[in-house]
Amino acid sequence: MSSFLDQIFVLAKERILALVAGAPDWLAQLVSSLLNITALLVVFLSLFALVSVLERKILARIQNRLGPNRVGPFGLLQPVADGIKMLIKEDIVPTRADKVVHFLAPILIAATAILALGVIPYGRNMTPFTIDGGILFFFAIGSTTELSVFMAGWGSNNKFSMLGAMRAIAQMVSYELPLILTVLPVVMVVGSLRPDAIVAAQGGYSFAVIPHWFVFAPWGAVAFILFFVSGLVESNRTPFDVPEGESEIVAGHMTEYSGFKYAIFFLGEYLGMFAISGLAVTLFLGGWHAPLRVLEFVPSYIWFFGKLSILIFVFIWVRGTLPRARIDQVMNFAWKFMLPMAFACIIAAAVWHYEGRRLMGWFWSFGVLAAVYLALSRILETGKKFAPRTYRFAE
Amino acid sequence: MNSAAFSIIAVLTIAAALAAATLPKLVHAALSFALAFLGVAAFYFLLGAEFVGLIQVFVYVGAVAVLIVFTILLTRRDAEKDRGFNWSGALIALAVFAGLIWAICKTTDLSVAVTPTRALTVRQIGEALMTDYVWPLQCVGVLLTAALIGALVLVMEERR
Amino acid sequence: MNPTLQLFLIVSAALFCIGLLAALSRRHAIFILIGIEMMLAAAGLNFIAFWRFGPQPAPPTGVMVAIFAIAIAAAEATVGLALVLVVYRHFRTTNVDQVDQLKG
Repeated sequence: MSSFLDQIFVLAKERILALVAGAPDWLAQLVSSLLNITALLVVFLSLFALVSVLERKILARIQNRLGPNRVGPFGLLQPVADGIKMLIKEDIVPTRADKVVHFLAPILIAATAILALGVIPYGRNMTPFTIDGGILFFFAIGSTTELSVFMAGWGSNNKFSMLGAMRAIAQMVSYELPLILTVLPVVMVVGSLRPDAIVAAQGGYSFAVIPHWFVFAPWGAVAFILFFVSGLVESNRTPFDVPEGESEIVAGHMTEYSGFKYAIFFLGEYLGMFAISGLAVTLFLGGWHAPLRVLEFVPSYIWFFGKLSILIFVFIWVRGTLPRARIDQVMNFAWKFMLPMAFACIIAAAVWHYEGRRLMGWFWSFGVLAAVYLALSRILETGKKFAPRTYRFAE
Repeated sequence: MNSAAFSIIAVLTIAAALAAATLPKLVHAALSFALAFLGVAAFYFLLGAEFVGLIQVFVYVGAVAVLIVFTILLTRRDAEKDRGFNWSGALIALAVFAGLIWAICKTTDLSVAVTPTRALTVRQIGEALMTDYVWPLQCVGVLLTAALIGALVLVMEERR
Repeated sequence: MNPTLQLFLIVSAALFCIGLLAALSRRHAIFILIGIEMMLAAAGLNFIAFWRFGPQPAPPTGVMVAIFAIAIAAAEATVGLALVLVVYRHFRTTNVDQVDQLKG
């Protein structure tokens, strides 16, 4: 029964495909791909709608107020109202803007985010598209986002948009290196670039209680934190949202976009967040595996979306808690701290794997990471003394 | 191999390349350049070399195109258009093209059709890189480091 | 009609000549660099086409050359663009016709 529930979507798709069994080969492939794409779009667009209202409510609760609570029960129908509002807004395009570039930019950002979602395994046998270099495909698609951000900034014919776009691209390019370098230890230990193989390699349990997820290895924990922080930067989320800081540069590269195009930018940013979280779950948190062996009867996609929800909650939590970082602080952090730590992760993973995952391997890899961290914290010490903090409250 | 896919990708790539070479506005040309390289990456996928196609998208569209666009932004005067087009260059390019087409069509051995085979896996490329091609790999690593340091040194402002 | 090797070679020759066109006939330094990158990509396409249409199963020589060509093209684009920046800083123009003095 549990395996039937687990494979229910796969079986449903096979049922539908049986309807076109007599057709030529390319037609069957086309129908199969279209089914995958439709399922992906339905799931993630509804998740986007849900997360957009949940974010506002969670941020509101962190800030000691209620979020939207008028439209529907607990405000959960707010996305419908938002969607209608965005659709009926006037679409303003600046007169001297480059029309084609201005139009294509939001479409490309959303399209690349949706493409990247296609290689993540959502459950047992539930990867939409299996490509041999799946992880590389994800990062290749992610790197084309920078060009779309530039198109948005340049196509608006606005100096502030251009400045915001340049800052966004500088930030994204700098953090691509730690993002990819932290994935390298996982790929090295598993020996394959396919997300299915990476999830399958995290399948065992030690003493039936501790799963073999990579986040429980010392290099995996550090790599997961670095990957998560780089994901925060790549999605332009606080504390790294200088490109869209409202009090500084209005909306950065999205300033001149109104109505539905702004909604598409919003969609692209959230889908990028989902894609990075999905990849983090796949690489470090064991994908669709259950945390305990006794809990394996729960369907695999429930576990995947549960872990994804936790990561999205952490994204929103960090947004509500931390202030914005300055752009030079952001770049310093990337090049001086995250890059050396990412290299240390690779060495630690190599040591762990070379020792055959025995106790000495754990000890040495932890030692490498601790040594590099301590060295970096000594070297990067600026010795700046801050003035004592004074607080003034309203009397 | 699908001939419909081939013709679509070929038309797209050549059109984007022509746009990149002849458009007067720089930024449009840079964006068509990125599109042309996406077309070439699609060709690599069609030919069964998926890893090279992904590397092409990653390096050219994700890095080189962004570099070019940044340099365009940093070297702007008020007029963004490129002034002047040298027609003798077009004649030379046409002559070279004619020569190449003549050579290709004259060689009769080249009309072979494709033999079906499995696509090259990343594992095979990795093994080849680490066994037969380890020296070129290290040399390319040194070259990239040298290019990185060289570019930084060039662009650094001198302290007066 | 399945695409034969000739068709791939014609496409890559066309790409090469368009790159040559960009490199020879434009006066802006960045256009010339775009043309050079296009020529390198066309050569890579040639290598992969020959590897694929040769006797299978073949050693991945063509693929290796293409990978290294992409890496080297990236390095060369970096240094070339840095040079364009430095030249712009000195001559205040990117028109290669006006960069004709050795006096620095």
